[in-house]
Amino acid sequence: MTAITGWGRYPRIEAEVTRPASIEAAARGEGLPRGNGRSYGDASLAPRAVDMMGLDRLVSFDDQTGLIVCEAGLMLSDLIDLMLPRGWFVPVTPGTKLVTIGGMVASDVHGKNHHGAGTFGEHVAWLDLALGDGRVLRCSRDENADLFAATIGGMGLTGIILTVAFAMIPVETAMVRQRRLRAPTLVHAFAAFEESLDWTYSVAWIDCLASGKDLGRSAILLGEHALAQELPAGAEPFARPAKGKKRVPIDMPGFVLGRLSVTAFNKLYYAAQRPGDMLVPIDPYFWPLDAILEWNRIYGRGGFVQYQCVLPIEASAAGYQQILAAIAAEGDASFLAVLKRMGPQGLGMLSFPMEGYTLALDFPANARNLALLDRLDAITVDHGGRIYLAKDARASVATIAAGYPRLDEFRDVRRRYGLDARFSSLLSERLHL
Amino acid sequence: MIASPVVILGARSDIGRALARGYAAKGAHVILAARGDIEADRRDLEVRSGGQPKAVAFDVTDGAPDAFFAGLGETPGTVVMVAGLLGDQDRSASDDAEAARVMATNYEGPARYLLAAARAMNGVEGGCIIGISSVAGERGRGSNYIYGSAKAGLTAFLSGLRNAQAKAGLHVMTVKPGFVATQMTAGMKLPPPLTAQPDEVAKAIIDAHEKRRDVIYVKARWRPVMAIIRAIPEGVFKKLSL
Repeated sequence: MTAITGWGRYPRIEAEVTRPASIEAAARGEGLPRGNGRSYGDASLAPRAVDMMGLDRLVSFDDQTGLIVCEAGLMLSDLIDLMLPRGWFVPVTPGTKLVTIGGMVASDVHGKNHHGAGTFGEHVAWLDLALGDGRVLRCSRDENADLFAATIGGMGLTGIILTVAFAMIPVETAMVRQRRLRAPTLVHAFAAFEESLDWTYSVAWIDCLASGKDLGRSAILLGEHALAQELPAGAEPFARPAKGKKRVPIDMPGFVLGRLSVTAFNKLYYAAQRPGDMLVPIDPYFWPLDAILEWNRIYGRGGFVQYQCVLPIEASAAGYQQILAAIAAEGDASFLAVLKRMGPQGLGMLSFPMEGYTLALDFPANARNLALLDRLDAITVDHGGRIYLAKDARASVATIAAGYPRLDEFRDVRRRYGLDARFSSLLSERLHL
Repeated sequence: MIASPVVILGARSDIGRALARGYAAKGAHVILAARGDIEADRRDLEVRSGGQPKAVAFDVTDGAPDAFFAGLGETPGTVVMVAGLLGDQDRSASDDAEAARVMATNYEGPARYLLAAARAMNGVEGGCIIGISSVAGERGRGSNYIYGSAKAGLTAFLSGLRNAQAKAGLHVMTVKPGFVATQMTAGMKLPPPLTAQPDEVAKAIIDAHEKRRDVIYVKARWRPVMAIIRAIPEGVFKKLSL
């Protein structure tokens, strides 16, 4: 038995974990598939888990089309290290590269380009899925399309993803041309996003402790993959400056991230975000926290919960005024708050993104914050929004049912293939998925 | 300098796979040798490196080492012996066949294959033989002395081979990885500060190979730990639960 948790370190369970070394062994695996354990809540937790990290082989790469075929346990970081020097990048990356490709499918991750590129699942050409009864089925838009749509964003509940094929995108450099804007209020932030839809990447860091006239104060970062000709003469196009990795050495005591210290930090951070254009290396641009190993320990031993919701575009202005006011009024300090414009809903039945705005932030796991999150859920549901399963550890059945109109369809696929009896997680038990 | 081809004996293990990727990333021509089907690993290496890695069948206990090297069709520049078997001490102590298997897989097989490698590599420029031994071979402990004694034999063998081949220019390196988080140790409670990941082991080996080191621990912390363990008087040591 091994103790396992998600990245939020809450909750924690003892599990029997097996680690298959081959596709054949994984196809016979019994239990919930689990990658690098980077979903925040209880999505990767089950009494029996299949650790997919040993299945990290590349199967093929077509340098004409960019189509890559790999085993599902391959780490995104490994893939980037391998393919970026050859001029290829992933079509969609989440905010950490310490995730597996299978996990990226199961959570149907999105990135800063969601408004244009959609989720990762939109770029998957096909995948091989083990159903837990000996069958392995190839799933795509044309073949076993129901299983495909259930598996994209299906939180590992539709079987074990063995192999994934998706198209990579060509890039000329390992740098991003970044433009930084400041938005003094939430309304300004929305306006900036709407005016920047033709940028490939966009995201805002939002100061959740600013209130009153400063409510929604943000720094907005836009980005494009830099072209070779945009680099200084003589620069190595795919060089990635090696920064020393820092590690959070101990569980921080609670007061370190107290309200006063984070308020001060956010104020300084906002002030430091001077508007302008610059070239930024790809690592700090896409995965800033990967440079701080075990950053989840910053919240102390009790762990933390990450909250991410999305509201439809027409409800965003009103909804986020309420959400930010509720947080500014009574929330504990949030270390990270990220606002992002999302594009249209994709094909995954339980895929999180919808056309609108998403807000992500995290809180230490304590009673007061959990009560606040229940109020945020209510505001989200009232405005026709939903919360992200890959980050959730505490939402109610009703909140999820209200947010995911295709949930019954998903349950039906699970029943039809007998998957509900073979694949479950603490998440699926808690939310009746 | 890394002399190609690099033959990885026991290429399906976690350390073997990490080594194959590490050597391929250095531009070496890699030959994977393992029991069973390793086509998936060979293809992975091909896609990763753009080279033309080969896969050959290999069983460290099959007893035909000269035929194995003759069958490669090319003279190895580097041979890395990764094959080994931790086994289960209690089972090995009560079952003669199991004890024989642990001894054959950790000492007899590796030593015979590396002798054959040295014969096959006679005169190869920059040649290097690398054996993965173990800290368990430094002092027999009640909890794993059958495995440990076989590794002690392998350590002595590597030391002797290094001495014998030094004049001929064939380098021999001994590696004592300490605890490694692999399939072999899955489910064991290992102390994190002394436990290495397979990638870390591979990197340490390849670095040490390039520097032509003789004996390495993967994590430097093992050196003082083992110095203490070796220094405990036998009268005290025998009463400890180790």
